[in-house]
Amino acid sequence: MKLRLIIVLGVISGFLASCGYDNYDEPGSKLEGKLVYKGEAINVSYNDVTFQLWEPGWQKKGEINVSVNQDGSYGAMLFDANYKLIIPSNQGPFRSITNAETGSDTILVKLAGNKVMDIEVEPYFMIRTPQFTVSGRDVTGTFKVEKIITGANAKNIERVNLYVNKTQFVDFRANVVSTELAGSSVTEGTTVTLKATVPAITPTQNYVFARIGLKIAGVEDMIFSPVIKVNL
Amino acid sequence: MKKYSILLIMLIALGWGCNDEAFLDKEPTNILLNDQIWGDKSLVLSVVADLYDRVPEYQTIQGWWDFASFDEGFASNGGDYWRHKNQDYGYGEWSNWDYGLIREVNLFIEKCGTADKLDPADKAQFLAEGRFIRANIYFELVKRMGGVPLITESMTYDFSGDPSYLRKPRAKEAEVYDFIIKELDEIKADLPKGSGTKSRATQGLILAMKSRVCLYAASIAKYGANTPTVTLPGGEVGIQASLAAGYYTKALAAAEELINSGDYSLYKKKENLSENFANLFIDKGNNPEAIFVKDFKLKSGKVHGWTLVNQPWSQAEDLEGGRLNPSLNLVQSFEKLDNTFETYSTTQANGDYIYFDSPKDLFVGRDARLEGTVMLPGSVYKGKQLDIWAGFMLADGTVIKGDNFGARKTLPGKTAPEYVVGWDGPIDNLEFSAQSGFYVRKYMDLAVGSGQRGVNSEVWWIRYRLGEVYLNAAEAAFELGNKAKAATYMNIVRERAGLVIPLTEADITFDRVVHERKVELAFEGHQLWDMKRWRLAHVVWNGESTELTTNPGKANEVSTRVFGMWPYKYYNPGGANDGKYVFKKVIPAQVTNAHRFRLGNYYSEINSTIRNNNPLIVRNPNQE
Repeated sequence: MKLRLIIVLGVISGFLASCGYDNYDEPGSKLEGKLVYKGEAINVSYNDVTFQLWEPGWQKKGEINVSVNQDGSYGAMLFDANYKLIIPSNQGPFRSITNAETGSDTILVKLAGNKVMDIEVEPYFMIRTPQFTVSGRDVTGTFKVEKIITGANAKNIERVNLYVNKTQFVDFRANVVSTELAGSSVTEGTTVTLKATVPAITPTQNYVFARIGLKIAGVEDMIFSPVIKVNL
Repeated sequence: MKKYSILLIMLIALGWGCNDEAFLDKEPTNILLNDQIWGDKSLVLSVVADLYDRVPEYQTIQGWWDFASFDEGFASNGGDYWRHKNQDYGYGEWSNWDYGLIREVNLFIEKCGTADKLDPADKAQFLAEGRFIRANIYFELVKRMGGVPLITESMTYDFSGDPSYLRKPRAKEAEVYDFIIKELDEIKADLPKGSGTKSRATQGLILAMKSRVCLYAASIAKYGANTPTVTLPGGEVGIQASLAAGYYTKALAAAEELINSGDYSLYKKKENLSENFANLFIDKGNNPEAIFVKDFKLKSGKVHGWTLVNQPWSQAEDLEGGRLNPSLNLVQSFEKLDNTFETYSTTQANGDYIYFDSPKDLFVGRDARLEGTVMLPGSVYKGKQLDIWAGFMLADGTVIKGDNFGARKTLPGKTAPEYVVGWDGPIDNLEFSAQSGFYVRKYMDLAVGSGQRGVNSEVWWIRYRLGEVYLNAAEAAFELGNKAKAATYMNIVRERAGLVIPLTEADITFDRVVHERKVELAFEGHQLWDMKRWRLAHVVWNGESTELTTNPGKANEVSTRVFGMWPYKYYNPGGANDGKYVFKKVIPAQVTNAHRFRLGNYYSEINSTIRNNNPLIVRNPNQE
């Protein structure tokens, strides 16, 4: 009886121990950071801006897509290796900066253990000094727009929006109310004011999240100000 | 000894068997050989029929669900609610890369070219049909993927270990369109003329297809300017703006040649214009308008279930129906008889409801195509009136409704239970009920039994019809600056729909062109391609949850969610309006998200397997 128990236990532990032989190790190194312009995070909408990591040397090619969070941060669990990081053209409300090391927009990433790396990009516009005030159920946002890329590559503002949502995800898809101002009535450097009246929210909550979005003409992804929690 | 002699006899028998070549070298009984096929006209016809059948299509009567992917319809079916809940369209959606089929068509063309036992006239027709099918497949590919490798002969691997010589790069988008146009021009003379043949290629079809192909190329060239990032440096995606006028001219010329040939005419057999429009799609006897169809036949195995899956529940011949519900977005797009647009008003200026004696009264005085396309509350189908009403509305605004078809409840002040909802719904979350308040009418068979699973329908699927050709001509003429001509062609189509006040030159705008195609060609599989070529898709389906537009005649109004319009019976015993109908605009409960067509959706993704097998293939734009 005792012998049988020992055999059964032995077999089970043998099974468990062999799992280590049968499986590959999971990726163990974390690459994380932010998309920044001069140290300031680029805020975007969720699931919309991605960049690619390529690991050369394999027979078949396939990229690892990393998506950027609302606040411009990203994170990916990876194997230690040498990667090439590429932000595809037409991706994001910015353009890539030529990398000194590669002479192109490709960034070489040597991953050995965890790594924090901010990616410097050049946005077409930045939303400056966003501020939100509340009176009753009206949320008022004031901000200024700064044009970063000027000259031949400059683009126009298509529109600016104030978005208000009941959750932390705030953009053109996720909002309970939004107000819009055409780009033609926005002047760089002067204060722009947008006001939205928050409708009744079920279940009732006494706070909302708000931020300003700016759509650049000819660019699919919008640039935003950070999400701010506003108490009603 | 005896054993040995038996063995010997067996060996001799086996040996004989081997000697006789005819014994083992038998002709197969399950497949036909090349020689057999290419000597017999009817066998070649079966081969070409199979190829006709395999050309890819999107949005047909054999797949009702695809019509619910955008803003034309609501999918009233448990397994399809996700269409209204998901947000982005996948980059791989609508993609196609069936080079296996192209190889088969190329083999067909090659073998047909060397066949010597066929009558020369038959051979020329088969050859032309093969090339038509190939052009058609390339048209389907270029609509979806942009420029694709143009393979016009069958390629064979030599097993040398290096298949790289078989790799071909993508042609430019314009080159693929030019190839299709060239092929159509070359084969036209070998095809029969006249409107008698409908399920095979004819000269009329060549002209109709040419007008559509040229129009697509032209509008991509012109409206591509609105989406500068939807291009590739090599021209695989995007057409130069300077080519637009040339394509528009060709589109107009092809359409006019067909119109002036007199071989086809608009379908005008019925007095009632709505009935006439509905009949256009189901009348298979001497239909003067249909140019190219996919035909079906009862009791042959080739039938379809469009009527079965979409029949009104109140008169369903089987235990299903009611799946595709046209949206209010579409229904409100049908204009009034004085050529103006108006949304349906359901309330008076003082905020009170407007009371209608009959639910159909809300929809009177509209384009006759409305009732030919959509079954409205109070419409008649198969001789019986539909029963669409969502419940009783009391004087204080409360609603009494049921949660099943024809549910019964006792109304206040009464003692016996009675019906509180129609046998067609609308009931939120109840599949097969008219959750938008409407059922689809186009292509719905009137034959008894067409709603039974064991019978189904033999109504054909019209791929090309003269009505579209008129609109192609109108659009091309408009884009070429000839608004008078555009108005003439558009008025011919509109007159058939009861819009007898002709549009003038000044009325013709881009919005008009877009709108006319929307109402004339709803549920005919044009919407996605039209929105893509006008580069309107990312504007109209932009992912924002906006209210229903109040300007249905405008081309670029956002329409990301499906809306509905529900009738209620007003219950106010003794009151003046008791028993009348009121309407409420609703958004079906299953519609939880807004459609978003991203720039990367304009050309479907060529997946990484294809790109790894052939590194010459460049990726479509905006998909990383």
